[in-house]
Amino acid sequence: MSLSKNSGPHTVSDRLAHNALRHFSERLIEMLLFAAAAVSVLTTVGIVYVLVSESIHFFQNVPLVDFLTDTQWTPLFDDAHFGIMVLVSGTLVSSAVALLVAIPMGTTIAIYLSEFSNPRVREIAKPVLELLGGIPTIVFGYFALLMVTPLLQKIFPELPGFSLLSAGLVMGIMIVPYIASLSEDAMRAVPMSLREGSYAMGSTRLHTAIHVVVPAAFSGLAASYILAISRAVGETMILAVAAGMQPNLTWNPMEPAATITSYIVQVALGDLPHGSLGYQTIFAAGLTLILITLAFNILGQWLRRKFRENY
Amino acid sequence: MQQNALTTEQVRALIAKGKLKDTIFQAMGILCLAIGLVVIFLLVGDMVMRGAERLNLDFFTNFASRRAGSAGILSAWVGSLLVMTVTAFAAVPLGVAAGVYLEEYAKRNWITEIIEINITNLAAVPSIVYGLLALGIFVYQFGFGQSILSAGLTLALLILPIVIVSTREAIRAIPAMIREGSMAVGATRWQTCRYHIIPYAMPGILTGVIIGLARAIGETAPIITIGALTFIAFLPPLPFTEMAPGVTAGPFDWLMSPFTVMPIQIFNWTSRPDPAFEINAAAAGFVLMAMVLSMNAVAIWLRYKMRKNIKW
Repeated sequence: MSLSKNSGPHTVSDRLAHNALRHFSERLIEMLLFAAAAVSVLTTVGIVYVLVSESIHFFQNVPLVDFLTDTQWTPLFDDAHFGIMVLVSGTLVSSAVALLVAIPMGTTIAIYLSEFSNPRVREIAKPVLELLGGIPTIVFGYFALLMVTPLLQKIFPELPGFSLLSAGLVMGIMIVPYIASLSEDAMRAVPMSLREGSYAMGSTRLHTAIHVVVPAAFSGLAASYILAISRAVGETMILAVAAGMQPNLTWNPMEPAATITSYIVQVALGDLPHGSLGYQTIFAAGLTLILITLAFNILGQWLRRKFRENY
Repeated sequence: MQQNALTTEQVRALIAKGKLKDTIFQAMGILCLAIGLVVIFLLVGDMVMRGAERLNLDFFTNFASRRAGSAGILSAWVGSLLVMTVTAFAAVPLGVAAGVYLEEYAKRNWITEIIEINITNLAAVPSIVYGLLALGIFVYQFGFGQSILSAGLTLALLILPIVIVSTREAIRAIPAMIREGSMAVGATRWQTCRYHIIPYAMPGILTGVIIGLARAIGETAPIITIGALTFIAFLPPLPFTEMAPGVTAGPFDWLMSPFTVMPIQIFNWTSRPDPAFEINAAAAGFVLMAMVLSMNAVAIWLRYKMRKNIKW
């Protein structure tokens, strides 16, 4: 910088002041950006706070033992029972149906796209899958109720108009894109040298895919399955529309049943006063939902650690 | 060794068997993909066929009604549009700022690690739980009530992880030399972000924002949970118009208005016993699908275009 023109003490202090200001505004901006990043932590804190604080009120009125062991869920009746297992059974059955569809289908698509298809098919297939994954769940609910259920009734004439089966099947289709796309990413990250080694030994593509690529990508596959389970357990609208909303302790997918999520929707549609016991049940149900999701996530993390392959 | 050796025929048979298995698997892969495609076609096709008779201009300009034939989606699509506006105004600045912070400012310490783990976990939280959060915090603690503001902020929190992750990915793709060049000529860190990093990351950020909004516009559960009404036969107050005799709406009164959105309108119609409303549900479902799919298509196109154009 040339000193000839602006080298008086005055300009230097000016420049220092400017520098200090600049430093100050930089710090301010950094703090603002940090605050934005902290919003995500606040969200988690808020979720935990809301669920726990309302659930504490709930459990002051309903003993935890009753909550876990009662076989009826009739919170809005005069003879109120609060057996969460009734809702949990609906959630688990519908999720199981969904996963039985989604995991085999999603994994097959992922293996096909990563190991068999040519790049042009992949370029087209991935966006199509993304579109499928972007369809609003309420539309899937409509699809389950008005198309899949009548279709299934042709195969199983005794199937009622609302059932966990049709909701679960459609939920499975909804989850396929998540599994396919995440698993495919994981499998493509497996180094080519592993495949080449296997091919050099005379393996076919399928053998290589199943015995070399899948084990090597297992932690990524597990992650995609965990996400799928979270989606299935937390899915709401398909079940609210197509599975009926009457509480029903059952392990049979051919029956209608309420799930944790569809119960929350049902209560929210009604007009329960803030602070009533009925209002608090949805937070207790929400807490149960989060705990189930958390349990599956911890299990998945453990699986991932156990089967992680290093290369 | 000699005893175990296979004859040429046996080897050929083995190869043929392996190839057959390969082909069978390939067919299964294509079949599974085709099922996905068929579902999309069935969905759209069914909605168009069923809803065609209701898909006219009146459907867009009529309010919900007890008579299926004259019911429309005016309050629903206006509601969706307004809620999306609030969501975008909240989620974009927050998400981009958080993404920039995590990529350009954050030191590798435990605070950063907590934030990162948090964002990953939030993406897996069921959407209805966000509804419960909003019901407890926005509706009752903050007193926003069952308004457009509550709904918009709820959906903003819901899509925040999507915006943050896409911002970070877009920023990570910018080579270090850009930052070095900017700082070498005396730019501060924020100036580097403001004039280089954010503009260059913009297409990627935009893709994430569109995908996030496409997800938000189809979300039903959290909005039902905060208590959106299912039957709304009026529009939120337009700024500076007369609401009641002598009462003029302020510029932000619409934020506090009760509302309904497209997915809730569809849910309402599918859950009615009268099959005449199924036609309405199909037509409204088609409109919603068209909105979501076109938003997604724009995002996919944008990403494709971006991948082709960028050369550092």
